[in-house]
Amino acid sequence: MALLEVKNIKKNFGKTEVLKGIDFSLEEGQVLAIIGSSGSGKTTLLRCLNFLEQADEGVIRVGEQTLFDSSDKVTLNDEAIRQNRLNFGLVFQNFNLFPQYTALQNVTLAPTLLKKGTAPENEDNARNLLDKVGLSDKLSNYPNQLSGGQQQRVAIARALALSPKILCFDEPTSALDPELTGEVLRVIRDLKNDGRTMIVVTHEMAFAKSVADVVIYMAEGVIEEMGTPAEVFENPQSEKTRAFLRGALEEYKENS
Amino acid sequence: MSFVEVTKYLLDGFWISLLIFAVTLLCGAPLGLPIAFCSMSRFKPVRYVSKVIVWIVRGVPLMLQIFIIFYVPGLLFDKPIFSELDRYFFKTYQIKDAGRIIAVLIAFTLNYACYFSEIYRGGIESISKGQYEAGYVLGLTKSQIFRKIILKQVIQRIVPPMSNEIITLIKDTALANCIVVSEIVMQAKKLAATKALVWPLFYTGVFYLLFVGLLTIILGKVEKKLSYFRS
Repeated sequence: MALLEVKNIKKNFGKTEVLKGIDFSLEEGQVLAIIGSSGSGKTTLLRCLNFLEQADEGVIRVGEQTLFDSSDKVTLNDEAIRQNRLNFGLVFQNFNLFPQYTALQNVTLAPTLLKKGTAPENEDNARNLLDKVGLSDKLSNYPNQLSGGQQQRVAIARALALSPKILCFDEPTSALDPELTGEVLRVIRDLKNDGRTMIVVTHEMAFAKSVADVVIYMAEGVIEEMGTPAEVFENPQSEKTRAFLRGALEEYKENS
Repeated sequence: MSFVEVTKYLLDGFWISLLIFAVTLLCGAPLGLPIAFCSMSRFKPVRYVSKVIVWIVRGVPLMLQIFIIFYVPGLLFDKPIFSELDRYFFKTYQIKDAGRIIAVLIAFTLNYACYFSEIYRGGIESISKGQYEAGYVLGLTKSQIFRKIILKQVIQRIVPPMSNEIITLIKDTALANCIVVSEIVMQAKKLAATKALVWPLFYTGVFYLLFVGLLTIILGKVEKKLSYFRS
């Protein structure tokens, strides 16, 4: 059975239809890459999964549990949403670290407030996570003392501290200088090797191709193409996908 | 009158200036917070009422507000509460001006609470949406997000504008002499009227300057202490 099941998600902002019925599922341990031009709805989809936006229609299931069902009011109350969010972790484009806390405190804050474990347990766990993302020497640095890439890695550790079932990334390298994207992508690759289930919205085509198990290409609020990286990148069925990939390829060549 | 005698006489008034300063700060600063929240309320009537109150209080001279608080109970309800309090406190405790001082404290607290509320509102609204969202996706409650994430960043941002208001406040206390409260400028005016001494009026400036100097040092320390992070 699929770990994540998303059915017919629709979302409007005013009169604009941003998501026009999104269906997909994801197996445990799989990495899903969502690509597409800006305005295609990929970020909105991710925000719906993390309940930062409430979808107008649709169902979201994780394992046996229905987290969201637009026809079931029980799943829409604040407390249910807060609990259900914990199934997902989200890493933002601009990190959104808490500036007044050190790297270590950023990671321990939520487990502490949610009384997940004892203080020493949470701290141990946070140290391990920061070690895993290669920042064991930056524990007591404040975010403004870290580079963008380091901040993003702290943000990844922070998201992992609550052991979410599915970790989501919203263009995790878009706010970074090109020379810093590598260190963040390396961490994501490591997480894949650990068997983490992840959804990555990204503009890094090469990365999507090499890391993802499933690729979704979104255009104008629908899934235009879905398949393995080989299927989507080597043999796209839709004209829109081909046009998008051609554009992305040209941009890639220009940059390199 | 000797210099020392004048100093003592003015100091009697300066304690009252400091009393107005301290009470306004201690009551006005907390009161500003609910006003700020009302001004940001999603519930329109609450927001409008709050904004109109802030508009009136910030739009009318503080001196006028002192007159209004002091005289209106007498004019409207034929009950000059504050003069009666004056007499009551003098008769029972031999304390002078107590009723008038209370009127001044009410006017000052209301006035400064409104100014503070706008500083708080600006500070709260300046925190990026991403900070709230980061808290939400970590499963934190709204109140945890505000107390543990937002608040300190807001405090860091509002310290400079609050310092400004606090420094203005000590000087504004001189307005209390419009209803003959014996704060320091009033004391100096009495000397001018009864002893034909004008220089104490200028000398009051020294008291303000010294106190503002002290405030500047303290507020600068607070600002420095909070500067270890950049939001």
